[in-house]
Amino acid sequence: MQAAAAKFEVGLEGGMLKLIARGDWRARNIGLIDTALRDFEDDSTGRDIIIDVKAVDKLDTTGAMVLQRVLHSSAGRSDKSRIVGASPIHDALLKQVEAHLAPCSVAPTRMNAFILMLERLGQGVINAYFASLQILSFVGLTLTTASRALINPSRMRFTSIFAHMEEAGLNAVPIIGLMSFLIGAVIAFMGAKILRQFGAEVFVVEMVAIGVLRELGVLLAAILIAGRSGSAFTAQIGSMKLREEIDAMRVLGLDPIEVLVLPRAIALVLMMPVLAFISAMIGLVGGGLVAWQSMDISPALFLTRMQESIAMSNFWVGLIKAPFFAFAVAIVGCYQGMEVEGSAESLGLRTTLSVVQSLFLVIVLDAFFAMFFLEIDF
Amino acid sequence: MAANGATKNIIEVRGLKTQFGDFVVHENLDLDVHEGEILGVVGGSGTGKSVLMRSIIGLKPPSAGKITVFGEEFYEASEREQREIEQRWGVLFQGGALFSSLTVAQNIMAPINEHLHLPEALARDIAALKISMSGLPPEAGSKYPSELSGGMSKRAGLARALALDPELLFLDEPTAGLDPIGATKFDDLIVSLKKSLGLTVFMVTHDLDTLHSTCDRVAVLAEKRVIACGTIEEVRRTGHPWIEEYFGGPRGRAALGERPAPKTSARGEAL
Repeated sequence: MQAAAAKFEVGLEGGMLKLIARGDWRARNIGLIDTALRDFEDDSTGRDIIIDVKAVDKLDTTGAMVLQRVLHSSAGRSDKSRIVGASPIHDALLKQVEAHLAPCSVAPTRMNAFILMLERLGQGVINAYFASLQILSFVGLTLTTASRALINPSRMRFTSIFAHMEEAGLNAVPIIGLMSFLIGAVIAFMGAKILRQFGAEVFVVEMVAIGVLRELGVLLAAILIAGRSGSAFTAQIGSMKLREEIDAMRVLGLDPIEVLVLPRAIALVLMMPVLAFISAMIGLVGGGLVAWQSMDISPALFLTRMQESIAMSNFWVGLIKAPFFAFAVAIVGCYQGMEVEGSAESLGLRTTLSVVQSLFLVIVLDAFFAMFFLEIDF
Repeated sequence: MAANGATKNIIEVRGLKTQFGDFVVHENLDLDVHEGEILGVVGGSGTGKSVLMRSIIGLKPPSAGKITVFGEEFYEASEREQREIEQRWGVLFQGGALFSSLTVAQNIMAPINEHLHLPEALARDIAALKISMSGLPPEAGSKYPSELSGGMSKRAGLARALALDPELLFLDEPTAGLDPIGATKFDDLIVSLKKSLGLTVFMVTHDLDTLHSTCDRVAVLAEKRVIACGTIEEVRRTGHPWIEEYFGGPRGRAALGERPAPKTSARGEAL
């Protein structure tokens, strides 16, 4: 017995084709002869065939399928075509397979690439339109739920709020601090290098202070929270959605907005100003240290100069923006979580969307605030 | 080990101990699965039926004891040997466990492309064959798992389990969640596949009808071990209270009543 490979020979017997199969006709061996067999099928169109499988010592469903395919490949074959010499076990296998030879589709049929592109474009525009409407209605839903909870504070889930404040707020302090410190330091370095050309090194104080207090402190905190907590909200709520937990809540008379969305939104709105404050302060420390080290502006000088030339409004502008950024991040995170459906793939897609959209919204809001404060001269 | 000395054991479990932290699920558990049989594993909820299956297929290393499949100890084998053993068994998880980013046909082709390196056209043909054999319509091939009903997911999972022509098939509650007609069809399907493909089947089930219509032997899990193993008649003869309650309860008797077994029918009615 040579069991190593699948082999076949073709001959003639009494005016009919005869194919003798030998060896190990199992899936891993069939791959090597499949092309040759398909060529043979094409060549033998319309002719009767006898397939002799006496010399096949191992057969699996794939082998049986290929043998049956050769037998049935051509419409011109009459009833005289058959498989002979099969052992009882192989015969059972061949019979089992014969009933299941229908081909099947592997993937959904694809359209013409150009039309597909147009369709995607149109779909994208429509989706964007409806998504913005839905986000707006989600904002409205959250705000009405929030006002109901404010009127009746027993509806506030304080345990949940505090848990999210710790997770999304407190636990984010180290990383936000590190980032702000480095950014503050980098600004001071860059500023020092440029301002030195004009002999105006001391203006580095204004540069760092205005930059960090007005924009970067709160922006860094918001960006980090969007990446850290916005995505977490989407994943948490999304996986609950997948396991039908949200449906169970609705059926039990629990409002998912009240139980899941509101505590997260409140926690972020409360914590973001704190984080923005910490971020700004540590940013100043970073800038101040660099100014001290590379330009001999002592901390005392740094502080005096800040008090003299930086209006307090810069600090307030930064802090006022924080709760708005927080609300945007929380709403987008929770909304995308609620939109998850079906599969793990949808969860991944929604988490990505959540981070991208909340970052986008934070930057857009920031631009609006910049114009607004410029107009009112604050 | 078994009454018939000639039967070969495909799976041998000896002195298995499984625990999660301090919680011991199995202790001193012995089990044999003979070549070419369908073994049904039954037991109350929480007796670790699925855990036992996971231990055997290499997903939950035991705390003590020995598990031999195809004469080789899986957890002792090298990584390469493990990959080879894995190609010889197929597993149907409870929910089907289909890869959600692939269509049904692509799910079936995944192990084929990974292990066999066949031409694309042949792999497609094999996928079509398995889809048809597991009782799915041809158009199911291009569907994504999220578009399938529970019964179809199970069939698709079975088709994927059969992709590499395994010698040994693990089924975790194959008929749970199916309607009675679908469940009966699934039972028939497993019996006919076992006959034509020469499969050995390890089946975790709660379904008494499935036990009666498909299983050659039944292993009963209770008290952290296999308290009885044999044909349904043999198992009932042990007289263990849980077994009596299980087979003697209204559902057990209803399932027995359809196919009266001469030895126990009198006793079954007397209960």
